[in-house]
Amino acid sequence: MLMELKEQLLSGSAEEYLSKLFLKIERSSLNGFTSLARESALQQAREFDKNPGKGRLAGVPIAIKECISTKGIETNCSSNILRGYIPPYDAHVIQQLKAEGAIIMGKTNMDEFAMGSSTETSCFGPTRNPWDHDRVPGGSSGGSAAVVAGGEAPCALGSDTGGSVRCPASFCGIVGLKPTYGLVSRFGLIAYANSLEQIGPLTRTVEDTALLMEVIAGHDERDTTSAEGKKSYLPIKEGVGGLKIGIPREYFGEGVSKEVERAVWDAINTLEGLGATWKEVSLPHTKNALAAYYVIAMSEASSNLARFDGLRYGLRPGEDKDWHTTFSDIRAKGFGPETKRRILLGTYALSAGYYGRYYLKALKVRTLIKEDFLRAFKDVDLLAGPTMPIPAFRIGERINDPLSLYLADVFTVPINLAGVPAISVPCGFAGHLPVGLQLIGRHFDEATILQAAHTFEKATPFHERMPEVV
Amino acid sequence: MITRVDVEHIGWLASIKIEDDEKDQLVEQFNSILEYFHQLDEVDTEGVEPTYRVVELSNIFREDVACPSLSQEEALRNAPRRENGYFKSPRIV
Repeated sequence: MLMELKEQLLSGSAEEYLSKLFLKIERSSLNGFTSLARESALQQAREFDKNPGKGRLAGVPIAIKECISTKGIETNCSSNILRGYIPPYDAHVIQQLKAEGAIIMGKTNMDEFAMGSSTETSCFGPTRNPWDHDRVPGGSSGGSAAVVAGGEAPCALGSDTGGSVRCPASFCGIVGLKPTYGLVSRFGLIAYANSLEQIGPLTRTVEDTALLMEVIAGHDERDTTSAEGKKSYLPIKEGVGGLKIGIPREYFGEGVSKEVERAVWDAINTLEGLGATWKEVSLPHTKNALAAYYVIAMSEASSNLARFDGLRYGLRPGEDKDWHTTFSDIRAKGFGPETKRRILLGTYALSAGYYGRYYLKALKVRTLIKEDFLRAFKDVDLLAGPTMPIPAFRIGERINDPLSLYLADVFTVPINLAGVPAISVPCGFAGHLPVGLQLIGRHFDEATILQAAHTFEKATPFHERMPEVV
Repeated sequence: MITRVDVEHIGWLASIKIEDDEKDQLVEQFNSILEYFHQLDEVDTEGVEPTYRVVELSNIFREDVACPSLSQEEALRNAPRRENGYFKSPRIV
């Protein structure tokens, strides 16, 4: 996709291509974009048309999630508390994209502060799934996934704290990668749960994801959790002959839709037909992953979101009263219900007398979950299962029952707890709705899951299908 | 069990004002979510170390050298209230 687009831009006009996208976005009812950087983007496209340059993404437009800082372009995490905030600097990944000639088109909708799996908690209202406008696109990077699936942007960046890239990739029928923790710098990513999250690409093909990883991955001293070294992801090795795939027993059965299960098993059989072998493995602590994840994520959120007080940026309505009253009022008005719920529960979990029972206990369970993966990877090269237990649900169906929404993340959160990489790749349909296959790799072994995903994609037609309703 | 009084106290700790008509629903939601969390009590973690970070890195140092940073004007640009080149905070006492 992006390789062909680059050729098309060189022989044609980047300005014309971008103008057509902006026209399409204006007429769109997806609500995927929250703002467009129309003038700066078109200016950059005109410069490309005069002098294309040598950047690996020269002239390629890209959509950016609302929580990734873009210098001079409003970045608000789809939250009222940050409306109007214009970052004075670029995130590391944005600097990398710009250095390779990519054009920042605009910002995309998300669950407020990335807290959700449906993009319904955004202060801009829900984004719609391009395959069915009455359904959610997944979340929290729902805007990024919807605009790529809907043909409004050729590629996008999202962030993944507990599935926020893979879930919308699965629901919208595109590719999404959560890199190994530490591989992509979090400098300029507005933190929700910093020990869990990574920025990742959302694209139409596996090769496009690999290309974006070449650009955004690598060491950055401004993120103290950034890993040393720089790897290459292209060309992707083709073929799966000799690869041993583990199928986690716990990722099938109760709670998984029959149609999702069928599509995923078909995919495993396809990979077997292509030369891979598979065996059942066990990740026995999977059942405890959701509870551990939510305790850790909420605790980190309560600390990370303490900075939003209307002092240095953001909302500051009315007259100032005393310190505590002023901040408590601002935060009550600025945060939406789900964000408040998570901050409050995180505050409780960290408060005197409860720290050991909730937070410390969750961190110990996290160790057990990580060990589950390390044990499995002694026997197999990668793991395969569903990304989401269900296809995209209806807008409004789960939003009033927080726990039911959390339960949909059962197969994505263990990956963040363990810090391993995982990719979601289209593997079929449940009726008219896309289903995603999740491939999970060893720490820093993106190459193997890209290889398996790419080989699968080449052998199947699912990535070629586009939603009709746009 | 979380009560209305607990919810008020947590709101105070988190600096989020909670209106009276929100409290009953929060009590109900918190109790249902915490009940779900209590499954962690049943996991045997005897002798298990906590994982704070998945990637083993510690003590990242850099040279203490001055480098360019935001100007005062840039740093203040997003501040809703400022005075004489400072962020203006509410009264503390």
